[in-house]
Amino acid sequence: MVAAAIGNRSLYSPHGETDLVTTVTMNGALSFDGIGMTFPDGTEALRDISFSIDKGEFITVVGPSGCGKSTLLRIASGLLEPTAGSVEVDRDRLGYVFQDATLLPWRTVRQNVELLAELHGFESNERRRLSTAAIDLVGLQGFENHYPKSLSGGMRMRTSLARTLTLKPPVFLFDEPFGAVDEITREHLNEETQRLFQSEGFAGLFITHSIGEAVFMSTKVLVMSARPGRIIAGFDVPFSYPRQPQLRFDPEFALLSGEVSLALRGTS
Amino acid sequence: MTTIPDVARPASADVDGQTGSPAADVSLEADALVHAPGPPPGDSRSKSLVRAAFPPLVLGSALIGLWYLISYVVLDPGRRFLLQPPHRVLEVGFLEWANFSRILEALWNSTQVALIGLGIAISIGLFLATMMSQAKMVERAVFPFAVTLQAIPILAIVPMIGFWFGYGTTARVIVCIIISLFPIIMNTLFGLQSAERGMHDLFTLHRASRLTRLRKLMFPAALPAVFAGLRISAGLSVIGAIVGDFFFGQGEAGIGQLLRRYASQLDGEALLTSVIMSSALGVVVFWTFGWIQKLVIGKWHETEVLG
Repeated sequence: MVAAAIGNRSLYSPHGETDLVTTVTMNGALSFDGIGMTFPDGTEALRDISFSIDKGEFITVVGPSGCGKSTLLRIASGLLEPTAGSVEVDRDRLGYVFQDATLLPWRTVRQNVELLAELHGFESNERRRLSTAAIDLVGLQGFENHYPKSLSGGMRMRTSLARTLTLKPPVFLFDEPFGAVDEITREHLNEETQRLFQSEGFAGLFITHSIGEAVFMSTKVLVMSARPGRIIAGFDVPFSYPRQPQLRFDPEFALLSGEVSLALRGTS
Repeated sequence: MTTIPDVARPASADVDGQTGSPAADVSLEADALVHAPGPPPGDSRSKSLVRAAFPPLVLGSALIGLWYLISYVVLDPGRRFLLQPPHRVLEVGFLEWANFSRILEALWNSTQVALIGLGIAISIGLFLATMMSQAKMVERAVFPFAVTLQAIPILAIVPMIGFWFGYGTTARVIVCIIISLFPIIMNTLFGLQSAERGMHDLFTLHRASRLTRLRKLMFPAALPAVFAGLRISAGLSVIGAIVGDFFFGQGEAGIGQLLRRYASQLDGEALLTSVIMSSALGVVVFWTFGWIQKLVIGKWHETEVLG
């Protein structure tokens, strides 16, 4: 199946395909080494996943739904123990943005943003400072005292981002965070995420099934197969940061997206 | 860092379906009775108030009409004592101070019993539910007994309660506790278990202790359900106080004793007044808890306050 996908792509491949083997280095900010995951009911979700993410890298994993992408993040964060292989990452200040904003509805935006700092035992002055900075970063000034129920989906996601940013995580995991917002909002959030990636300098691992989103934000796109999930293709994204919204209309962008799409079609 | 102006875009407002109607953001202040599609935002509040008050007023008037019909048409004068007409009840029951003050005093005694019983039931219920949420074993152990407690017909054990605890205030309070405990346990437990998995993951990721998780996640998440349980239990505890009082004659007489006396004296006006006042007490208690609920969680929770 891999060979077929590569064959298709080589017809009009302006970008060199990432050599999958060289991505397996064990000194990154986050490294997966031979990860396999078989659930107790016998479902094999992941098979032999190996890659690593260095500081300054933003890797997006795209794959068909149900291919185990989210499982990979749960393993990276330690919420789930893999049945094979190992993960190397500093879990002390791991950033994790969930599919839902997972805001506590009884807390205001500011109180939600301060939650993690609170759980990590920061003093209230320090929490205040961190939350103010994070709220500024995601552009939620003026909404500090709003409760989640009065926020739009996009604003809830921003609050969730700000909450994670307070810890200044060296590694940022994104579990399809913008899947539930509308297209325009998603594009705005993509632009902001890549801006944050640039200004905060974290290593990013982003899970999505949207190819446009993947190509727009990442330094590298990995394609995962249907269950059991394996990495079957990888693409370096050559565009420089900061990336402008118009990039989406660039022929090169379209071409690269097409290649990823082809690789993805080969998976199902 | 520039502010991206998508924040106020209406297109993104409906995403989670949480702000369904244009009036949803103000629905907290608007009467929740007019909930569904709601009046357009420009429509005046008084108009919606009229729309909400009109149907019950019509039905109420019809019921009073029916009452008159039974008193004057169905019942011949010799049997009219069975259902005195509304204005007689008003004159004799409510406006004769000797009667009304006695009813109020009895009602107050029963209210105190109900509140004490409810208070104890809340403490026991919250404690048990918290324990059940913390250990599956406790939940498995307590659950069948909680259900059994609920299934016992209260009248069946009232004689036993009198037998064991005497026929005074203690026995009355115990009836209240038994009758109002179950909804508190069940709703609190349900509420404590209602926090989403993602939120639990968040607390797990950041290594929150069991106590922190309970305090900052599970308790606040449980509040809406706890209040729903409280409102049911508050009403039940009033019933418990009246039922208990009906059977236990010692100590300060409550409204149950009074009901029994008026019934045996065929005092229809006073009897009906007592019944109306007992119902009013139930409604006031229900409302009070609804009001406290709104005060405590109304800011963040879409509370539906009926009645």
